[in-house]
Amino acid sequence: MRYSYYPGCSLKGTGRAYEESLLPVFRALKVELAEIPDWNCCGATAYMSSDESCAFALGARNLAIAEREKAGDVIAPCSACYLNLNKTQHYLAEYPDIGRKVQAGLRAIGMSYAGTLKVRHPLDVVINDVGLDAVKALVRKPLKGLKVAPYYGCQIVRPYATFDDAFNPTTMDRLLAVLGAEVVPYGLKTRCCGGSLTGTLEPVGVPMAHRLLLEARERGADMVTTVCPLCQFNLDGYQGTVGGGADEIAMPVTYFTQLMGIAFGLPAADVVLNRGIVPAEDVLARRQIAV
Amino acid sequence: MESKTNGGARIGVYVCHCGSNIAAQVDVKAVAEYASALPGVVLSKDYKYMCSDPGQEMIKQDIKDHRLDRVVVASCSPLLHEHTFRTATSDGGLNPYLFHMVNIREHDSWVHEDRAAATEKAKDLVRAAVRRVALHTALETRRVPIHPDVLIVGGGIAGIHAALTVAKAGKKVYLVEKDATIGGHMARFDKTFPTLDCAACILTPKMSEVRAHPNITLWTLSDVVKVDGSVGNFQVTVRRRPRYVVEDLCVGCLECIKACVFKEAKFPDEFNLGLGKRKPVYMPFPQAVPQVVLIDPNTCIEFKTGKCKKTCAAACDRNAIDFKQAEQVETVTVGTIMLSTGFQVFDAVRDPRYRYKQIPEVYTALEIERMVTASGPTAGEIVMKDGRHPKRVAIIHCVGSRDERTNRYCSRVCCMYSLKLAHLIKEHSGAEVYNFYIDMRTPGKGYEEFYDRLLGEGVHFIRGRVAEVTDVAETPEEKGRIVVRAEDTLAGVVRRVPVDMVVLSVGLEPRADSAEVRRLFNISCATGGFFLERHPKLAPVNTATDGIFLAGCCQGPKDIPDTVAQAGAAAAEALMLVMKGHVEIEPNTAHVVESDCSGCKSCIGLCPYTAISFDEEKKKAVINEALCKGCGTCVAACPSGSIVQNLFTDGEIFEEIEGVLNG
Repeated sequence: MRYSYYPGCSLKGTGRAYEESLLPVFRALKVELAEIPDWNCCGATAYMSSDESCAFALGARNLAIAEREKAGDVIAPCSACYLNLNKTQHYLAEYPDIGRKVQAGLRAIGMSYAGTLKVRHPLDVVINDVGLDAVKALVRKPLKGLKVAPYYGCQIVRPYATFDDAFNPTTMDRLLAVLGAEVVPYGLKTRCCGGSLTGTLEPVGVPMAHRLLLEARERGADMVTTVCPLCQFNLDGYQGTVGGGADEIAMPVTYFTQLMGIAFGLPAADVVLNRGIVPAEDVLARRQIAV
Repeated sequence: MESKTNGGARIGVYVCHCGSNIAAQVDVKAVAEYASALPGVVLSKDYKYMCSDPGQEMIKQDIKDHRLDRVVVASCSPLLHEHTFRTATSDGGLNPYLFHMVNIREHDSWVHEDRAAATEKAKDLVRAAVRRVALHTALETRRVPIHPDVLIVGGGIAGIHAALTVAKAGKKVYLVEKDATIGGHMARFDKTFPTLDCAACILTPKMSEVRAHPNITLWTLSDVVKVDGSVGNFQVTVRRRPRYVVEDLCVGCLECIKACVFKEAKFPDEFNLGLGKRKPVYMPFPQAVPQVVLIDPNTCIEFKTGKCKKTCAAACDRNAIDFKQAEQVETVTVGTIMLSTGFQVFDAVRDPRYRYKQIPEVYTALEIERMVTASGPTAGEIVMKDGRHPKRVAIIHCVGSRDERTNRYCSRVCCMYSLKLAHLIKEHSGAEVYNFYIDMRTPGKGYEEFYDRLLGEGVHFIRGRVAEVTDVAETPEEKGRIVVRAEDTLAGVVRRVPVDMVVLSVGLEPRADSAEVRRLFNISCATGGFFLERHPKLAPVNTATDGIFLAGCCQGPKDIPDTVAQAGAAAAEALMLVMKGHVEIEPNTAHVVESDCSGCKSCIGLCPYTAISFDEEKKKAVINEALCKGCGTCVAACPSGSIVQNLFTDGEIFEEIEGVLNG
């Protein structure tokens, strides 16, 4: 199995633990990832709202390079990248006006995009291409007794619910169960994490993130696991300030790829738990899970 | 070439206004005037309503006064009035097949916006008809005797009511039911709206009557697997699945159930939607008809291992239990068929917002229906899975109805059954009941009054489609409860209502096997998959296939009064055919011109009605006109052009095409 890999800016910066855990896991799964050479911004949320055509052109350039390189469908682990690249695909195909503008832009730099690729999320690839049987075969250290709240965030299932349900996604639940973890019932799995509001309107954004954490604690979760760098950042990064700092939640927030790495028995350097702000090691030790 | 005289025909042309249906979009006077100059046309008129008595009278009189020998009427679809005008032609003294109809309504005025172009099109169509009708020849309809027996498929209230109606008229009925008992969905209901009659009290006597009536043959656990023939003479093959209990021997004493090696009932009971338990040998429900137990081979130890002590068989002093019972196949001949195959409720799992099967205390209305029934799994008690009684219950309307993502249509019964359940839940448990609705739809006799009554009983009504059902508490009051979130569109606020139990008012859908049933009986469906009636207003229980009728929810969602009315209507339609004793068959059949037939047999395999055989002596194909349905397949396929179809001869078709094209 071979795919084009689009890391996006987060996976090289604040979300580097995602990339650092994803690449070894995919190697273990025998899935080849070829990073798209000279990739650029996905179009991002902010640009999309100020100049749609330019944002689509940015996204399309990444897809055009991937198509030229013939490395297969594009894997985009960041939910925002995943959504923006999918949105670009969708608009190019459905809206001829935008399609013409974007193609003209690509032509100006000597490129074109025929639209032959699919944009996939790694969770989708793990479940549907690799399959849970193959994952199970690699589990060396089951996450026995570890109670996990699966948090999907909004962007991987909305508006394009391509591989899971828009209101009640279950792919990560099934994956975690195969890894041996105990999935707690978590009704807020697609509720907003606060998004970029944690940076722009902190009094609005941070309580949204806290709501998710408090519910996870209420459900007896040892940790929250996410599929998105911004969700991880919001949930992990603001825990000290709940209720003005009086209530310390201390809930580790990991990427699903980190839990896969632990269960596969990969070395600590490939699981990179040290990147998290709230330490996960204590919880794992309590459940007698060695990393 | 168009002849100047059109073969010496004397044709009368009539152009109908259809009130303004045609006249608004087609200049009917211009069309009539144009037609008057066509070859062979001796008179041409326009008239407000050709189908009215004066319109028909005009045709009859003109035939006599003007010695017409052909008639063309340009009006609506032949489906609607071909028969009317053929009769008028015949009453005027001409053979009815010397008439031809032109559809300038459905094919013209209703579908075009440009009046001038629509008028030209009407002229083209009339010209084609005039040229075609000149070649028409006198034909005779055939009469075939109709078999008096009636087949009814589906033993819910529709099938039961129709079966009794036909049987009481002295005719024989075969009632085929897929389940082990008749009664359908109605048997599962506690009470019926708006009168709160006990469903069992009004239904079960009719069920017993079906069983007892000498004119009704009841086959349960049975499916129709093959249908051949046509109106008057259908051959139907029915597969009867084994019950493993001999129906004629069992008296329903239930000793076998007591004796079963399973001391406790431990398998989900289908009749109670899994809320109760049954043993492998069981009676579907206390008033089941027939009163005969059955054995479920999927849970019975004898079927799984062959090593059961078979205490049930030993306990039966009539030796009714037969583990070796095999499937039986019956073939019957009937003249007419009625389908009353019912519906299935919307699977609430398909709308994950409402968390059915995720949050334990979320139920479907049908499950609650079983719960409030005195003979149900909880003996009428509204009880949660942990044994507590709910203090607050939410009822969510329109689940799987009026929703672009699932079904767009209104399921018609949910508002009323939700009101009924609200009343019953309140009565049985004293809980506060919250109805979340989009619109209250209560159009029926006594329905609005029932809604009024519920308002007076203190049931809460919140107008708004529920956005979310969640077990995530935001306040201490919500803790440990289920929260229903909706925009209250009357108050203009978003509400979060904490409750203990949620009831989903699921909509009605076509049964999962409805496509198969349609193919079997050769009928069509409307959008959504419900069976299609011949005409929504004037032939609501007929189908496009002669002799096959519809009743109940297989045709569309409806309540019990409407279902029973429809079942009665379908029974009357079937009886009308039976009482008449014969059906008239269109003379549009095909025949082989023997001298031209090369005996290649191409046509034989193609005929969908197996109407063509081969005369080995003459080496020619022979068409049995009694079986021919006039589909034209063989005519088109014959390499030597030796098959001719009445009303569709090559000459007639070519003249019509030439007429359309050569203005």
